[in-house]
Amino acid sequence: MNISRRHLLILLPAAAVAWKYVEAGEPEASPNYQMSEHWWGMLINIPKCIGCGNCVRACQTENDVPDGYFRTWVERYHVTDTNMTTPEVISPDGGKEGFPVAQEDAGKYFFVPKMCNHCADSPCTQVCPVGATFVSPDGVVLIDPTYCLGCAYCVQACPYGCRYIHPTKKVADKCTLCYHRITKGLTTACCEACPTGARQLADLKNPNDPIHEFLKTHPVQVLKPQMATGAKAYYFGLDGSVR
Amino acid sequence: MKDAGHLFRFAGLFVVAFLVFLVVRGYVVPKTFGQYGHYRGAAIGEIAQHPVKFAGHQTCEGCHSDIADTKTKGAHAHVNCEACHGALFQNLPAPPQPKGTLYERFVALIVPPPPPAPPILLHADDPATVVPTKPDTLVLCVRCHTASAAKPKGFPQVDPTVHMGGIPCETCHNPHSPAIGSDAGQGAAASPAPGGAK
Repeated sequence: MNISRRHLLILLPAAAVAWKYVEAGEPEASPNYQMSEHWWGMLINIPKCIGCGNCVRACQTENDVPDGYFRTWVERYHVTDTNMTTPEVISPDGGKEGFPVAQEDAGKYFFVPKMCNHCADSPCTQVCPVGATFVSPDGVVLIDPTYCLGCAYCVQACPYGCRYIHPTKKVADKCTLCYHRITKGLTTACCEACPTGARQLADLKNPNDPIHEFLKTHPVQVLKPQMATGAKAYYFGLDGSVR
Repeated sequence: MKDAGHLFRFAGLFVVAFLVFLVVRGYVVPKTFGQYGHYRGAAIGEIAQHPVKFAGHQTCEGCHSDIADTKTKGAHAHVNCEACHGALFQNLPAPPQPKGTLYERFVALIVPPPPPAPPILLHADDPATVVPTKPDTLVLCVRCHTASAAKPKGFPQVDPTVHMGGIPCETCHNPHSPAIGSDAGQGAAASPAPGGAK
């Protein structure tokens, strides 16, 4: 086929425009924050949690979480010595306003703060059909609200029940590990508001982070380890009855 | 050879279609999609733009160093300021949004963008405008210190009905350093109240 001058004149500009977008420029990076230098996680110290609900309220304030929805919540487990496998679990309004008084000598009670585990191999990001949720290079599972269709596939895929469809935005929503704070050198709102230090933000790539000393000297566990999600919410003092 | 010309024309059609595809794709796919993975790289920066409401105890201690000094001596040394005082901010009216390009407005018609987070003003930025209200200790303190078998055994717990009988906690305890004796509240009792910390 001979390409005439006319055809060439049509094709060349089109090719030039196409090439421009194939070679799209690099977007600007944050000036003071290098994603490659961080790998974020969370340490949750169960024996320190008093179930005050400060973390839940702080998260709702900081992140404009609508009422009745939770990016983090606190559960209270009640395990009796005669029934270790089916504990009674309560979380009234996510534990936001605390818990009813527990009876003495009625078995074992403890609080379990829950949140997104920011899994390294997260099932939720793997099922997203449009690339709206992802693990960032610094290890935080995030949602792009402008890309999310609200199909809720990820809500079903999360083994920890950490996602919900936002009632007004109609897109998936979840804990961002206060990404807007940790990239500015602050800790998360839940850690900031926790009165007992039961929650600690952990930067696993930072050798000076106290998390390393803790992990070296204490046994920790993740939720549902059998699912191999690479969860990075490390629990100290986790009871075997916790699901 | 004359018939082979059909094939070349057909191939040419594919080339043109591919170029059109590249042009359309260039416009439709965001520039940062695929920068770090199968997602829009710019979303990370946008999420990081969310306004900070909890200023952090370091910010508070910049001005309230006297309180910070009191706290370091007591049992509440590691309780951050905003754990009790909350995030001190007020919402501001949203600024008018830029109209955007014709293409952006067209996209917004099909996929409405999520509304931006409302701007806020922090107490730390303007202490005169954003004035904190004093927390009610009868609500605040009992939230943590009400006795319950579910709480860790070493944590100080009281029975609020027996222990204070409606008297605000700060009558006897300084919330910033709660132990009675060293730096107690104004009406510090000489003997411990009933139903006290176990």
